[in-house]
Amino acid sequence: MKATVHVTLKPGVLDPQGVAIGHALTGLGFAGVNSVRMGKFLELDLAETDRAKAEAAVKAMCEKLLANTVIESYRVEIR
Amino acid sequence: MKAAVVSFPGSNRERDIMMALERASGVKPSLLWHGDTEIPDTDLIVVPGGFSYGDYLRCGAMAAHSPVMKALKEKAAKGTPVLGVCNGFQILVEAGLLPGALMRNASLKFVCRQVHLRVEDSQSLFTNAYEKGQVIRVPVAHAEGNYTADEDTLKHLEDRGLVAFRYVAPDGSLAPEANPNGSTRAIAGIFNDSKTVLGLMPHPEDATDPHAGGMDGFGMFKSLVNALH
Repeated sequence: MKATVHVTLKPGVLDPQGVAIGHALTGLGFAGVNSVRMGKFLELDLAETDRAKAEAAVKAMCEKLLANTVIESYRVEIR
Repeated sequence: MKAAVVSFPGSNRERDIMMALERASGVKPSLLWHGDTEIPDTDLIVVPGGFSYGDYLRCGAMAAHSPVMKALKEKAAKGTPVLGVCNGFQILVEAGLLPGALMRNASLKFVCRQVHLRVEDSQSLFTNAYEKGQVIRVPVAHAEGNYTADEDTLKHLEDRGLVAFRYVAPDGSLAPEANPNGSTRAIAGIFNDSKTVLGLMPHPEDATDPHAGGMDGFGMFKSLVNALH
């Protein structure tokens, strides 16, 4: 199975990269960009064939390594 | 004082800190490698600066789960003092030995310059050779040193006196321009609850030679020798 993981900074955690990208977009003339939040995208190829088990495993991976839950939240999708 | 310095692929300040430790204690520290599964009996374990595992995923994230860190955590739980500098601080935070997180500098730039630190506690293993409130001048060199933690954690750190150092102006006052990375409450270094683990972003080991950068960082190594003999 394939799993995709989005890791993003939690709401309220300052994202200086997102802010800089937002400024750059505004500078390029793209009007109306209220804010930008930058994150990470990971794609995992899993041997597991059970959807629930795969999801549980990837969530455990996020908790332990893929995300720093002090500042980041994550979203797992199994395909 | 016997010290063990743990290094990883990408560590680059291990020699600096070994020299500082030897200069203060007269004893050559041992150097361990990330794959080592045991740490010999030692008075102090040091996690040096650098770019362990190329800073992949997040600074310190990979190193925090390496075999040697498992051994380090066991030693730390039994009370062996641990010092983490720069990437070492990032690793200790990722390993859960210290609270909070170190984010990208607010300026988004790698900052390499001298900073002033105020010693917030002179009663620890790491800082007893300093006076409380003393201002010292040491270098920083990092891109991810922006300390952050949730409000409960910050309150806990402040209430328990666990903030070890703050970035300040030369006169010891707090000033935005004195904070090189945007750290919350100008926090430069913190202790764990038992004050046996210290992590800090600045490099005291690079202020231990009168011919290169001054001697202001030497107090930390002298403190450790005072406490650990």
